[in-house]
Amino acid sequence: MGTIITQRKLAVVPAYNEADSVGNVVRSLQAHAHEYDVLVVDDGSTDATMKVAMDAGARVLRLPFNLGIGGCVQSGFQYALDNGYDFAVQVDGDGQHDAREIGQLERAMRDEQVDMVCGSRFLTADFQYPAPISRKTGINLFAFLLSRIVGQRVSDPTSGFRLYNRRGIAVFARDYPHDYPEVEAVLMVHWHRLRMCEVPVRMFSRNRGVSSINGSGKSAYYMIKVLLAILVGLARKRPSVEPGDDAPVAAAHGI
Amino acid sequence: MDARIQIVAIVSASALLLVLLELVRQRRLLERYALLWLFSALVLLGLSVWRDLLQKIADAVGVAYPPNALFLIAFGFVLVLLLHFSIAVSRLSDQAKVLAQRLALLEERIEQRTQPPSHPAVEQRAEELEPAARD
Repeated sequence: MGTIITQRKLAVVPAYNEADSVGNVVRSLQAHAHEYDVLVVDDGSTDATMKVAMDAGARVLRLPFNLGIGGCVQSGFQYALDNGYDFAVQVDGDGQHDAREIGQLERAMRDEQVDMVCGSRFLTADFQYPAPISRKTGINLFAFLLSRIVGQRVSDPTSGFRLYNRRGIAVFARDYPHDYPEVEAVLMVHWHRLRMCEVPVRMFSRNRGVSSINGSGKSAYYMIKVLLAILVGLARKRPSVEPGDDAPVAAAHGI
Repeated sequence: MDARIQIVAIVSASALLLVLLELVRQRRLLERYALLWLFSALVLLGLSVWRDLLQKIADAVGVAYPPNALFLIAFGFVLVLLLHFSIAVSRLSDQAKVLAQRLALLEERIEQRTQPPSHPAVEQRAEELEPAARD
């Protein structure tokens, strides 16, 4: 390496029963984003996800049981924090994110001096996103609300294709929302006085597996849950745990 | 108040109290979780025995038949207990999450120590891949 100061970069790939696609995702990252170490977080899969990821050459965090996407991604941040990574990018294990576009996220982070860059499906002129109307409505509603709250345009609040710098990693390693984290994470960025921006990306429709948000019942649940989270977050005095605060899971008050 | 309903109330509250004490004695119920239960059982027992107080409470809140006030109070305790457990469950699931994450991180660290990187080199294969998996 000589005198070059290398920045350490980590690609976090959350995967739950993605044995069919995770191998390709890992290889695609190695090919198109080779300066990134690839960490697959196996969220308690019951199929061969872990083996496929390891065979493809990724490091694997194996969660002992299914935590859901929030806890899964958060352990990726914790890994990045523990191992002193400068950047972490989240790339979903189902292959809907394109590793070749990570460079765009990086460029935006450098140019705009932000702590988090989101890949947005909705900023390109010719975007095609075939989704059920219920989900589109939900995304639009969240986009509208979030844009009002954080005071900047957020076009794709549910996108999981995101790049974080050290500050972002540290904040989210400490505290990351539970079930459907992306929307709330945008709010957390705002509360922690971090900065974010969006860049247009293409996303591939998933050809295998099912989205974690599927079916109108789940869509409704998702919308209500996230709306509740937004409202609760707005009403909360200390939105998240700062160093030195009481631990969020302390055995306090005899409960 | 009919004496029969009073006897039933006293017997049930006493039985609850005894079961609770026995569970705590056998350490099948932690004291911190038993406190609220014991308090509820004691209040219910007290009100069953002390009819005048129950009568006063019933008059004060406008319940015509005093034993109904007893049920109302018991229902209130049940709600508080349920809330207590929801809070406890939330805390436990958060703790379970933290434990799972720590375990995964530790396992990975051990893996890295015990078997130095033996991954097959997977490079220069961009052409045969094309972006992940699509159309």
